[in-house]
Amino acid sequence: MAGLYVIIAGAGKVGWNLARELIEKGHEVTVIEQDRRRYLTVEQELEHAVQYGDSTELWVLERAGIQRADLVVAVTGDDEDNLLICQVAKEKYLCERIIARVNNPRNLEHFKLLGIQPAVSATDLILRLIEHEVPRYGLVHLLDLPEERLEIIELVVSEAAPAAGRLVFELDLPEGALVISVLRNGSGFVPKADTVVESGDEVLVVLDPGLEDAITAQFVGDGDEPA
Amino acid sequence: MFVLVVGAGRVGSSVATAALRAGHTVSVLDEDPLSHERLDVELGQSWEEAGGRFTIGTALEMDALTEAGIGEAEVFIASTNGDNTNLVVSQIAQRRFEVPKVIARVLDPRRAAWYSEQGVKTICPTQIAIEQLAAVALAED
Repeated sequence: MAGLYVIIAGAGKVGWNLARELIEKGHEVTVIEQDRRRYLTVEQELEHAVQYGDSTELWVLERAGIQRADLVVAVTGDDEDNLLICQVAKEKYLCERIIARVNNPRNLEHFKLLGIQPAVSATDLILRLIEHEVPRYGLVHLLDLPEERLEIIELVVSEAAPAAGRLVFELDLPEGALVISVLRNGSGFVPKADTVVESGDEVLVVLDPGLEDAITAQFVGDGDEPA
Repeated sequence: MFVLVVGAGRVGSSVATAALRAGHTVSVLDEDPLSHERLDVELGQSWEEAGGRFTIGTALEMDALTEAGIGEAEVFIASTNGDNTNLVVSQIAQRRFEVPKVIARVLDPRRAAWYSEQGVKTICPTQIAIEQLAAVALAED
């Protein structure tokens, strides 16, 4: 990944640090900041790599050279701005790669609706980490790629679950679901058809979207419904 | 017709009042309770008593949009004081709720032009002002 030209909209903490890292890795970067005072602060370090202006305005993006950008990253504190910056980058200037920051995770659905992907929400990421540390619902999303229709979940097998004590090939899993890893006593292995699933195991399942409920029923099961 | 107006500043409230007077069903969504007062004043009577609806909330809140009746809206007007909000919420109205007629107020002429090419109906007050000013200023007496 050498020699990309990256435009970053917003020189807040995220934008500034991102610019610093990318420049260090040898990429060419332009950061656009609309607050004059913030711009002057950042300019002391980044010099010509930061420009002053409102990056939702087309001429500002053009001045930054959006026509030749390989990647546009919109990380302002305003979700509408991030959404529209990415939308014009993608649809007007045909930029191949965009990344948008979502400040309020409730706005994620708007990014999806308008085809702005990937949209990254720090709040959402932290929520997932918390979910991972405290798997209250017995189910953790490890990977969600709705566009590619791919999902990987982690479940803890409960004692009363239909799957507990069964061989992998006996499991009553729907089409489109596969157990890809079992974590037992702190170490993981890839299960075979004759591996016995034990209660307390953490299993990783790759699945087509929409199969979660059927899978949860097998591994979490009766008498131990999610809280 | 059912007209939903998001953002009732000077423009939005006048359009909402005119629509109500013309006998349409009008619902207004605005984050500021003050804009409700503006509607009362412009109408010369209570907005609700005259049959208007008012919801307090921000434009991108799905709950607020739903409560304001976006599901039944036939005309959707995005007239908040932010171009970006108007452009986002009007696309939501168009794509998610399939409102038949969606209009966004966009002050930035270039983006107003580009988005209308993309199928979002935009009204650009700046462009109108530019044309009128130029016409008046450069008219030969």
